[in-house]
Amino acid sequence: MNTLLSSKKPILKVSNLKQYFIVKREALFQPKQVVKAVDGISFDLYPGETLSIVGESGCGKSTTGRSILHLDEPTEGEILYKDVSLTEMSKKELRNIRGDIQVIFQDPFASLNPRRTIRQMLDEAMAIQKVLPPKQREARMLELMQNVGLRPEYLERYPHEFSGGQRQRIGIARALAVNPKVIICDEAVSALDVSIQAQILNLLKRLQNDFDLTFLFISHDLSIVKHISDRVMVMYLGKIVEISDKASLFKNPLHPYTKALLSAIPVIDQTIKRERILLKGDVPSPLNPPTGCRFHTRCPFATDLCRDEEPLLRELESGHLVACHFAEKLSAI
Amino acid sequence: MKEDILLEVKNLKTHFITSKGTAKAVDGLDFVLKKGETLGIVGESGCGKSITSLSILRLIPSPPGKIVDGQILLHGKDLVEMSDQEIRKIRGNQISMIFQEPMTSLNPVIPVGEQIAEALRLHQKLSRKQAWEKAVEMIRLVGIPAPEKRAKQEPYQLSGGMRQRVMIAMALACTPEVLIADEPTTALDVTIQAQILELMKDLQRKIGMGIIFITHDLGVVAEMCDKVAVMYAGQIVEYQTTANLFKTPLHPYTQGLIGSLPKLYEDQEELQIIEGTVPSPYDYPTGCRFADRCPFVQDLCRNQQPEIIHVEDSQQVRCWKYTDQWKEELVKEEVIL
Ligand SMILES: Nc1ncnc2c1ncn2[C@@H]1O[C@H](COP(=O)(O)OP(=O)(O)OP(=O)(O)O)[C@@H](O)[C@H]1O
Ligand SMILES: Nc1ncnc2c1ncn2[C@@H]1O[C@H](COP(=O)(O)OP(=O)(O)OP(=O)(O)O)[C@@H](O)[C@H]1O
Ligand code: SF4
Ligand code: SF4
Ligand SMILES: [Mg+2]
Ligand SMILES: [Mg+2]
Repeated sequence: MNTLLSSKKPILKVSNLKQYFIVKREALFQPKQVVKAVDGISFDLYPGETLSIVGESGCGKSTTGRSILHLDEPTEGEILYKDVSLTEMSKKELRNIRGDIQVIFQDPFASLNPRRTIRQMLDEAMAIQKVLPPKQREARMLELMQNVGLRPEYLERYPHEFSGGQRQRIGIARALAVNPKVIICDEAVSALDVSIQAQILNLLKRLQNDFDLTFLFISHDLSIVKHISDRVMVMYLGKIVEISDKASLFKNPLHPYTKALLSAIPVIDQTIKRERILLKGDVPSPLNPPTGCRFHTRCPFATDLCRDEEPLLRELESGHLVACHFAEKLSAI
Repeated sequence: MKEDILLEVKNLKTHFITSKGTAKAVDGLDFVLKKGETLGIVGESGCGKSITSLSILRLIPSPPGKIVDGQILLHGKDLVEMSDQEIRKIRGNQISMIFQEPMTSLNPVIPVGEQIAEALRLHQKLSRKQAWEKAVEMIRLVGIPAPEKRAKQEPYQLSGGMRQRVMIAMALACTPEVLIADEPTTALDVTIQAQILELMKDLQRKIGMGIIFITHDLGVVAEMCDKVAVMYAGQIVEYQTTANLFKTPLHPYTQGLIGSLPKLYEDQEELQIIEGTVPSPYDYPTGCRFADRCPFVQDLCRNQQPEIIHVEDSQQVRCWKYTDQWKEELVKEEVIL
């Protein structure tokens, strides 16, 4: 672990988190089926850092974020916010920390109230969390609109009058309005064009420096992840397969899945020749995950051991953890 | 070759007429899409990309929206003039669309497989069972594991990327002649994205599908598109082959756009941005719409709107810099100085 981080106390501690969903049975007498969306993950989030989560669609990234927000009751495990367990908090305490932990969602359309103007939405958020007296809110709203690159007169408009990217920025403004400590960004900038994306990312970094904000940054865009993160966590089928500081992960990925992921990044310069590792085999279903190492059905290096025994997440280099039986050997390749 | 042209958009103008004024969301657009070709559309958030695609399908909410001018020709027939009944036959059949926000177009309470099967039965003569099987097959093709089970789930039970792929499956199910894909892969990780792009290219090779590909991901543009239209404030400001666009971007906006990409192979503290904001579609300036943010701006730019001009055979740009008046303007400046 990077010395700067290990000297701090985590703001959020996730231990052995499991989140299972029951799926309707096919027929009356069949057993119930369970999606193990998140299946026993542990990690710490330190104040002032940006930890990114990457991984294939459906691997449990959003579910992890939702559990931290306590939108779903975890099936098992514990989440500590500033040393207090979320599961043991009263409704009132939970409501208070709702302001501290904000989220910017993937699909903004689904999360904005269609009957509220942007002004009403921002004002309401600030009122509920009591961040500013009514008189000072106007100035704050104008500042927020400028921060996310929207014109001040747009305050009077309704969500349907905006483009997809504009709606996304309204979601960002609303999250920032209540002065949160932790922001979960779930594909928060994916729908934005690069110049606005750059503007928002710069803003997030600036806010982080000024207010010691902490980000859990879910994204599939690896060049953005590389730009914004301090640490990166790679998930596969509900498990953490690798977690590391950014530099070490991008320079020396240890898990075969991470290697494949990094090799598939689209680049503009079509003349750069890269060896693209194409993963073979179907993506397994979380309804019926493979035994042993969950990646073994697609891993080019899989052996019998991989099929039988689950590799544990272990620290191979300082601050660089990986869950693969053969990580030492493979890192040499 | 005229007969290769699938879709031709001429001087399209789509405006929103509201009590607060008129928003000129799309303001004079021209482009052609040929058989088997992929046209990329990129541009700043709010520049009119989605409204362009919704116009083609005649899905603009009206009022307040209205196509106030222009033509959209599919095999030479004007979609703007068609009756609602005629356009409904074309939608989802000859032209289909992948929408930017999946939840705006998926029914939240109907299992996703049924939604795809329904779309299939609307346009093809299939039995219930055949339609269901084809729906499951499509869900498999977009790389969702356990497709038989997933088909029976409702949208909220799927992850964001799965919902997006269900939309893609639905759009491709009827093998359309024209596919409009509005940010189709934003929620997908790179490996699945590569798989989906391959699926589209494959269908394109088989049936000569024309694709309009809206994305802000320039890496995807580079891999997918033959030509690119760059939009700014309701207009096309640059139109080039993809290879040329990245080699010699002409318009100052395009140059800024390419400059603000995070560099995968370098470390940067701050990303480069294009200072300032887009003008409001309710109130465009008289001259060049990029003037307030342009490092090269001259008086000429502020006074008069530049027309789109051909620089080379296949390069088009809307900027005074590439005209003869520009040199005169610079001379004038020097005289004043
Ligand atoms: N119903 C509406 N009423 C008024 N204005 C609208 C309406 N729908 C869209 N607009 C405006 O039209 C303009 C173009 O919107 P459009 O959705 O086409 O943008 P876009 O290029 O797709 O952007 P993004 O990349 O953010 O999705 C925007 O400025 C938007 O605010
Ligand atoms: N409410 C729910 N009911 C049933 N299954 C669910 C529910 N929410 C999520 N799941 C399942 O849990 C798994 C993980 O979903 P999650 O949304 O966390 O994925 P993700 O990593 O965010 O993917 P994406 O990149 O596609 O957004 C998926 O298989 C999904 O279908
Ligand atoms: S444990 Fe085995 S199957 Fe899993 S990633 Fe390592 S080598 Fe591959
Ligand atoms: S016309 Fe003038 S202001 Fe507009 S882009 Fe060209 S140089 Fe810049
Ligand atoms: Mg998600
Ligand atoms: Mg759009």
